[in-house]
Amino acid sequence: MSSILRSEANNSTGELPKGIFMPNSAKRHRLGKLWRVVFLSATVVGLIALLALLTDVLNGSWGLVAVQYRIDPATLADRPLSELPKEELVAIVEANVSKGLFRRFEREKPFEVRSREEVYALVEERVTQEEVAHSWPLSEALFHREEIERQMAADFPDAKLEFKSWISGAFLTRTMSSTPALAGVRTAGLGSLWMIALTIVFAFPVGVGAAVYLEEYAGRTWLNRLIQTNIDNLAGVPSIIYGMLGLAIFVRALGPLTSGAVFGVSESNGRTILSASLTMALLILPLIIINAQEAIRAVPDSLRQASYGLGATKWQTIWGHVLPSALPGILTGTILAISRAIGETAPLIVVGASTYITVDPQGPFSKFTALPIQIYNWTSRPQDQFRNIAAAAILVLLALLLTLNATAVLLRNRVSRRMG
Amino acid sequence: MDHADLRRRSRPRETLIQAFLFACGGLSILTTLGIVVVLGRESLLFFASDEVDLVEFVTGGQWQPAIGHFGVWPLVTATLMTSFFAMVVSLPLGLSAAIFLSEYASTRARSVLKPILEILAGVPTVVYGYFALTLMTPLLRLIFGRDAVQIYNTASAGLVMGIMILPLVSSMSEDALSAVPRSLREASYSLGATKLETALKIVVPAAISGIIAAFIVGMSRAVGETMIVAIAAGAGPELTLNPFVGAETITGHIARISGGDLSYNSLDYNSLFALGLVLFLVTLALNMISRRVVARFREVYE
Repeated sequence: MSSILRSEANNSTGELPKGIFMPNSAKRHRLGKLWRVVFLSATVVGLIALLALLTDVLNGSWGLVAVQYRIDPATLADRPLSELPKEELVAIVEANVSKGLFRRFEREKPFEVRSREEVYALVEERVTQEEVAHSWPLSEALFHREEIERQMAADFPDAKLEFKSWISGAFLTRTMSSTPALAGVRTAGLGSLWMIALTIVFAFPVGVGAAVYLEEYAGRTWLNRLIQTNIDNLAGVPSIIYGMLGLAIFVRALGPLTSGAVFGVSESNGRTILSASLTMALLILPLIIINAQEAIRAVPDSLRQASYGLGATKWQTIWGHVLPSALPGILTGTILAISRAIGETAPLIVVGASTYITVDPQGPFSKFTALPIQIYNWTSRPQDQFRNIAAAAILVLLALLLTLNATAVLLRNRVSRRMG
Repeated sequence: MDHADLRRRSRPRETLIQAFLFACGGLSILTTLGIVVVLGRESLLFFASDEVDLVEFVTGGQWQPAIGHFGVWPLVTATLMTSFFAMVVSLPLGLSAAIFLSEYASTRARSVLKPILEILAGVPTVVYGYFALTLMTPLLRLIFGRDAVQIYNTASAGLVMGIMILPLVSSMSEDALSAVPRSLREASYSLGATKLETALKIVVPAAISGIIAAFIVGMSRAVGETMIVAIAAGAGPELTLNPFVGAETITGHIARISGGDLSYNSLDYNSLFALGLVLFLVTLALNMISRRVVARFREVYE
C-alpha cells in the first residue's frame, strides 16, 4: 500500500502512468487464483477423507472367502439347506452325528420342541461345520481375482472360493461367537438399545429442566453464572473422564444399587446397563442443556407476555407455551446428543462393558456389551476375519446413526417451514 | 361485590417446580465436584503410596506399574506426538477450508459442502480407529517401507485424529470469519485489494481470536481422544520420539488397563485416576484458555 502512495507522490503531473495505479496487478491476481485452489483443495481433502473412510468400511464388509466344510452341504440335499423343512434337517443331524451325540441333543432339548431355526443352527454348527480359512477384502476380490485363485490352489486345495457378504440378516440376529463367521451383533445391538433408552430416560428430563431453569428462572447471580460456565466446561471434558467418574461412583460406590442387589435381583457387581446409562446420561447432559437453551431462547418473548397477560402463572406459561414451541428444537438437539452417546466407546470400556456375552440383556441390571465395544474388540484382534465382522458392525452402527440424524434433519425442516 | 384479592398469592406448586428445575441445573455442579473429588481422592491414595514418588511421577521416563516404575513421560510424549500430528493435519486444512467456505464458496456450494464436513464430525471415534488401523497404517507402510513403520504407531493414529478434528476446527473458524462484518471486506476491496489479500490481511486478522480458540479446542479434543489411539497407536508405554513405532498415550493406557481385570484399591487402579487427573486438568486448562482468548481479544464491531 505504501508503495502506491509513494509513487503517486512522485507523479504530481495529475496523469497516472500505466502500472502505477495497480502495481503488480497481474501477479497479485495470479497469486489469488493459486491460493483459491489451495483453499478449495483443503475442503476437498475433507471430502476425500470421508469417502476413503466409507470405502474402507465397505471394502471390509464384502469379499471373497475360502470356505471349508466338514461335510459339504451340497452333498446333503439337492436343495440349499436353508430351504429345507425342519423334519429333513433333523434327519440330516441324525444321519451325520454319532448316536450318542444325537441322544444328548435330544436330552438337552427334545427335537420336537426345537424351532426350525435352532435345528438349522445345529446343522451349521455340528454337521457342515463351515470354516472360513481365509478372507480377501472387496478390492482384492475385484482386481486381483487371478492371484487369489492361485493362492487358493496352493494353500487351500480343499476349500471353495465363495463371495461373502459379512453383513447379513444372520449377522444381525446371531449372538457372539469365537468363530468370526458365526458371530453376530444381536447381543451388542440390544445392549446398545437398552443403554440408549435408559440414557434418554435419565438425561432428557433433567437436561430440559436445567435449560428451562437457566433460561426462564435464573437471575444474574454468581451461582447461576457458575452453573452456566460449569456446563460449558463439562461439554469439553474428555469422555474417558466420565467413564472414570462412572466407575468410581456408579459401579463401585453405588454398586449394590446399580447391580440390583438392593432390589433382590442379584448380580455379581455394578458393571451393568444401569451404570453405563447413568454415566452416558452425565456425558450427554451438557450437550442436551446447551441445545435446549438455544431452542428456548429462540421462542419470541411476545408469546410469554401474551400468556402472562391472560393471567397464566410462570409455570403455566412455560409448560403451555414456551416448551411446546421450543420442543422441535429441543428434540433435534437431543437426537444429536444421543447419536453421540451411541457411538461413544471409551466410557463404556472404563465402566466395564463385557466383550463376550451370548445371552440377551434382560433389563437394567444385566451385564452388557454394546455395538462400539464389539467393533473395538473385533478390530483389536489380529485375524483378518474379525476385521471383516468389525466392518460389518460399523455398517450397522452407521446405519443406526444415519436413521437418527435423518430424523433430526426432518424435524428441523418441519420446524423451519412452520416458523417461516 | 367483593374486590378481587390482588395480593401475590403463595403458590406451593410453582415453588416446588422451580426447586426441581434448580436441582436439575445444580446437578452439573455436582458432576464437576464428583469428577474432582473422585480423581483427587484416588490420586491422593496413589501418591501417598510408598511405591510412588511424586518426583519420579513428574520426571520419570519409565511407566512400568508391574515393577513399580511410575514415570509419566512415556505416556505424555506419546500424547503430545499424536496431538501434534493431529494439529499438523487439522490446523492448515481446517483454516483453509474455513476460508474457502466463508470467503469463496457460493451459498449453494456451502450448503452442500458444510453438511458433508459435518458428517465427518458425527462419525464415532471407534470407526476412525478402524480406519487408522486398516487404511492409514498400511498406507504409511507402503510409503515409508514395512521395516520402518510398525503396525501400531503414533503417526497413523495422529493423522487420522487430525481428520476427525478437521470439521471442528473448520466450523469454529468459519463461524469466526463469517462474523466479520461485510463493511471491512468492502473497504478493503475499495482500496484495490484482491480477494486473497482481503481474506488474509483483513478478515483473518479480524477473526483471529475465534480461530485461535478453535485451534485450542481442537488440541483439547486431541489430547482427550481415546479410541483412535487405543486401537492404532500401540499397547505399551514407550519413551520415544519416533512416530513410526508404537507408544501408548495417557488415554490409551487408561482404556487398556481399565478394560482388563482390575481390582479396586490396587495401585494400578489408583494410578489410572492420577493419569485421569492430569488429563482433566490439561483439557480444562485448554478449554478455559480458549474461552479467555475469545473474551479478551475479540474485536467488537457495531
